[in-house]
Amino acid sequence: MKIDAKLGLDVFKLDKEPHIVIDHETCRAVCKKKVCLTVCPADLYELNDEGDVVVNWEGCLECGTCLICCDARALQWHYPRGEFGVQYRMS
Amino acid sequence: MEKVDCIVVGGGLAGLAAAYGLASEGLEVMVLERGNYSGAKNVTGGRLYTSVIRDLYPELWEEAPLERPVVRELITMMAEGRQATFEIAADGFGGAAPQSYTVMRAKLDQWLADKVAEKGGMVIPNMRADALLKEGGKVIGIRAGEDEIGADVTVIAEGVLGLVSEPAGLREKPEAKTHALGYKEIIELPPGVIEDRWHLNEGEGAAQLFMGSVTKGMMGGGFLYTNKDSIALGIVVGMEWMKERTDDLESWQLLDEFKELPQIKPLVKDGTVAEYSAHAVPEGGIAKVPHLFGDGYVMTGDAAGLSLNALITVRGMDFAFASGYYAAKAIVDARKAGGDYSAAGLARYKEYLDHSFVLKDMHTGVAIPSIIENRRLFSHYPDAVTDLMQQMFTFGPGPTKRIVSKAFKGVRKDFMNIATMKDMLSFRKM
Repeated sequence: MKIDAKLGLDVFKLDKEPHIVIDHETCRAVCKKKVCLTVCPADLYELNDEGDVVVNWEGCLECGTCLICCDARALQWHYPRGEFGVQYRMS
Repeated sequence: MEKVDCIVVGGGLAGLAAAYGLASEGLEVMVLERGNYSGAKNVTGGRLYTSVIRDLYPELWEEAPLERPVVRELITMMAEGRQATFEIAADGFGGAAPQSYTVMRAKLDQWLADKVAEKGGMVIPNMRADALLKEGGKVIGIRAGEDEIGADVTVIAEGVLGLVSEPAGLREKPEAKTHALGYKEIIELPPGVIEDRWHLNEGEGAAQLFMGSVTKGMMGGGFLYTNKDSIALGIVVGMEWMKERTDDLESWQLLDEFKELPQIKPLVKDGTVAEYSAHAVPEGGIAKVPHLFGDGYVMTGDAAGLSLNALITVRGMDFAFASGYYAAKAIVDARKAGGDYSAAGLARYKEYLDHSFVLKDMHTGVAIPSIIENRRLFSHYPDAVTDLMQQMFTFGPGPTKRIVSKAFKGVRKDFMNIATMKDMLSFRKM
């Protein structure tokens, strides 16, 4: 089962503003390994054509793994505002 | 500024257990829950040890929406192409007062939130606490968006990441070394199928943990819990171990590969995946528990690092619930003693925890975080055990060696060595 299909099963309420913002300058200058690309259980991080890390925050499961693993501290990460974000029906 | 007796940051098990006790004693309590309802942001692997918390609010457990009592425990060692399972079913696990149940947080937490409301507590969904308000070092309330709300005591039950309490200087930022990523699928199956597959009587449940190649040698494992009409199948993996990998393995792939194994496929056959969820798990043990109280606040549950992963048992929700219970008890005591909510007035909270299973068990498990860092637990031992078992059941075309000699050869090679002796000594500390 594709990861996108799995995320498609979850209920998300999307805010207009992202709750994860990457500080590209720090990301480029400080971080060599880009573990965000592999640790995220929702596979939300990818490299764009310019080689910058981008995040598809809309499918965020709010586990905080990327935040904890980002040694460069290049993420501005907060929970989505009240009412928004993933709403688990079971877990 | 509007003011209440107590504010609870986070409407999970710790926060709601605190609110229930506070509201029951007539305190004005407001729980801020950022999800659409309690449980909307929570994830469990699947099991709550009710045996240790049954006596706290005993009236609650009669009607709690629990899934199945776990009467059958399975531990599976995995290596490439083979696995060996140890299984124990004991009358003592079940009976009139089962020791643990599988649970689903969206159900359990919503129910507990309703119970809090019945006692007169306010549980406010869709409200994220953004920051703690402090005055001269004392926590005096919270800010949520434009609103500031004051409180005599703030119960911090915000969960593992500590996004509210860390900036206020009440705890450290979570680190990869002491945290794991847990994620899972809920897979729907008819109750009868679940009972057949795990050899259960009607209504009974099983828990199965997997160690070894499932995490490709990384600290962690797979888990499977049977709910009423679904199973939770997932992975827990140490974040630092994920970070250290040099291949392109992505965390989410572990579960897909796990599900595709010929030994696992029949367990999930014809199941329908219904939800996918993930959460961070604090695994730093007692060494990472912050100051549990201070002027105007107490820390509970995951926010305080109260959890214990001993590989074959994984606990957190019981600690969360109990810490909330004792937080309420200590706050009520402080109120009865004249309303001193300074650190001195709230010190009873720590004393209660010290005398309860919460900190006793956290202290007993002091060596666990360092023991489970042992790489051999996740590669060598599962490999060796399954190899030995396979040898014992294998016949080739030639003459067969005696089974005892086969076994001895494997044991000598894989277990009679200095590393294993040292491991045995360290395991005794568990």
